[in-house]
Amino acid sequence: MPIVSVIEAVRDTIRSEMKQNPSVFILGEDIGARGGVFLATDGFVELFGPERVIDTPLAESSICGIAIGSAVNGMRPIAEIQFADFVWPAVNQIVGEASKIRYGTYGKKICPMTIRIPYGGGVRGGLYHSQSIEVIFSHTPGLKVVAPATAYDASGLLRSAIRDDDPVIFLEHKKTYRLVKGEVPSDDYTIPLGKAEIKREGEDLTVITYGLMLHYVLQSAVECEKLGISVEVVDLRTLRPIDRETIVKSVSKTGRALIVQEDTAAVSISSEVSAIISEECFFDLDAPIMRLTPLEIPPMPFSPIQESEYLPSKQKITSAVSKLSSI
Amino acid sequence: MKIEITLPQIGESVTEAVVIKWLKNVGQDIEKYEPIIEIITDKVSMEIPSPHTGKLIEKTVSEGETVPMGNMIAVFDVIDVVENNRPTDITIPDQSIIGSISDVAAVGPTGGEFKDNSLITEDLPKQTREDKDIDKVISSDLEKNRYSPVVLKLAEQHGIDITHVSGSGQNNRVTKKDVLNHIDKVNVDEVDVKNTITVASDDHFVTPNPFRKIIADRMVESSSKIPHAWTSVEVDMTEVKKCIDSNRESFESLHKIKLTYLTFAVHAVSRALTSNKYLNSSWIDNKIVLRGNVNLGIAIAGLDGLSVPVIHNADGLGFLDICKKLSDLTMRARKGELQLNDVEGGTFTVNNTGTLGSILGGAIINYPQAGIITTESVVRRPMVIKSNNKEDIQIRSVMNMCLSFDHRIVDGLEASSFVQAVKKILESINTRTNLT
Repeated sequence: MPIVSVIEAVRDTIRSEMKQNPSVFILGEDIGARGGVFLATDGFVELFGPERVIDTPLAESSICGIAIGSAVNGMRPIAEIQFADFVWPAVNQIVGEASKIRYGTYGKKICPMTIRIPYGGGVRGGLYHSQSIEVIFSHTPGLKVVAPATAYDASGLLRSAIRDDDPVIFLEHKKTYRLVKGEVPSDDYTIPLGKAEIKREGEDLTVITYGLMLHYVLQSAVECEKLGISVEVVDLRTLRPIDRETIVKSVSKTGRALIVQEDTAAVSISSEVSAIISEECFFDLDAPIMRLTPLEIPPMPFSPIQESEYLPSKQKITSAVSKLSSI
Repeated sequence: MKIEITLPQIGESVTEAVVIKWLKNVGQDIEKYEPIIEIITDKVSMEIPSPHTGKLIEKTVSEGETVPMGNMIAVFDVIDVVENNRPTDITIPDQSIIGSISDVAAVGPTGGEFKDNSLITEDLPKQTREDKDIDKVISSDLEKNRYSPVVLKLAEQHGIDITHVSGSGQNNRVTKKDVLNHIDKVNVDEVDVKNTITVASDDHFVTPNPFRKIIADRMVESSSKIPHAWTSVEVDMTEVKKCIDSNRESFESLHKIKLTYLTFAVHAVSRALTSNKYLNSSWIDNKIVLRGNVNLGIAIAGLDGLSVPVIHNADGLGFLDICKKLSDLTMRARKGELQLNDVEGGTFTVNNTGTLGSILGGAIINYPQAGIITTESVVRRPMVIKSNNKEDIQIRSVMNMCLSFDHRIVDGLEASSFVQAVKKILESINTRTNLT
């Protein structure tokens, strides 16, 4: 199997879906002539023409509005929001409209669109290029939210997202784009939405995470093994609907849960996971649920030193794991 | 407002402390967190800070006194007490401000450190703000006897008293792993009780052959199921010896068979059993099964270990037939040529331990029979003989016979009457006895 980066996996998957299905088209800022700021659609306009590769104005609300309109009328749009930080003008379209179309039309209309959103920090992006925006969409019934961490998952989940008949928010962590590489089969495989994956099996403690943090957690788990702590790692992969079963099974086994996320803690994915554990694993818990999250401050700092201090790291995860395992 | 000040619980393993010295006097105004008393536990000495701002009104313990944790040590007149129905909040200060620990390593009973931190030697960042928040949440939850849900669940499932489980968690908290280890240990202990054999480094193991295993299983079955009791008699074999001596040559040349003590014993036992039927029986399912025939097993050391060939219907056989059967079975047993029907159906067993030089034994019954009798060595020894109302000492040939019997089936009375019957038959032998 070829080894590709996350951005290559995304690019290859969109290309392959567009080749297979003429109703799939893409729209977004600079995705045509520029090939996208992360080059996710590099060369697409030459391949598919400007009718299927639409450069839009800097107007996220319009991008999503157009996508919704075309999706309701039988197309399968893939909208690209250049940076997650810019999605806010489109929240009304996504949360206020797209999520409610199936319900609001008595199921007569569907909205099979995918909104690709590069998100997350650790890239010295500062206030406007580092945000985690997953919670606002994960809170919204009618949406599906996917956050792959590996090239394999990115490809399989993106294929499922494009083929899904409901709006899917597809979150791509921009730091994984070129940092994370992995084997990706060239065939037409899909990964079901809503399924977490045990990325590493362990006995003493479960770490639940998603996105970029998965890689820090996996590195930390190797260190923890040397300290005599066997860590099981759950990669959520889909944030809505969240895979309760996998979380509950793992935490019930280990009795200890650490949730690691790049997003701030209050009313976040970690809050939801924590609630699920409390609801379903209470009698199997051997220690309080622990969360490792950044400081509750408005932005991810721009200063490299502060950014590093702000984000969970391998060392911080190892420290939290050993702390939790010693309770 | 007057309140009682108690000695705070310091670490789970510490139950009491000795007062070294009062640091404040009655009547003194004391600030919150000011050290008021110095104590020493079996681990450390430390100063206990005041939990409140107020005036010391009364000392209820004196220097040198041993005070259990949680007991009152003083009375304060307090001005800063907030109404609070959780007395622990009043009396137990935050662990982080419990007094100075002198002359000990940082493993004191306050247990404030996470033990695993010491394991991490590289790249450890200094505690972040969230880490401290986590600490606070955890330590406030880890008061004495606070068990996690899974610990309580496991303890209930396995019927374990958690107070007997030693804790490896923070502040000696009992963790899930501790309970699981405890369960494993209890299981291992149970196995150990059953199997306390220890093996030294210069010992070595021999895997028993299948015969040995069968014998072992049968012995265990018998000794564990049958309540054994024992009795023995001494039999004067002098006349039997004379009989053998006078008939040996003619008997052997006629029948090509050796004339032995065992033959007489087997013959005598077969006869005695016919009039002592409860020795020729089995205890099966709370019933006594009286056997219709006397099928006499003879314990013989063969090639593959002990075998017990059977003389079937021995009670119907004459002396000579018993002698022939015995000779045949013995020979084939020693060669390892016994057939299945040769060893089946025994109802009672004779064990000729005398050939091994034994004079006394307590044999294990051949399950599910009711008894086994041993014929021990025939020994020449002085004996008091009474004849014509006159006693004198003679040198006689004497043999012990030892009976092991199933005490569920018979008591000492029946057992004795049986061995007496055997003895009587043997002692009635003389040189004129018909050996056919």
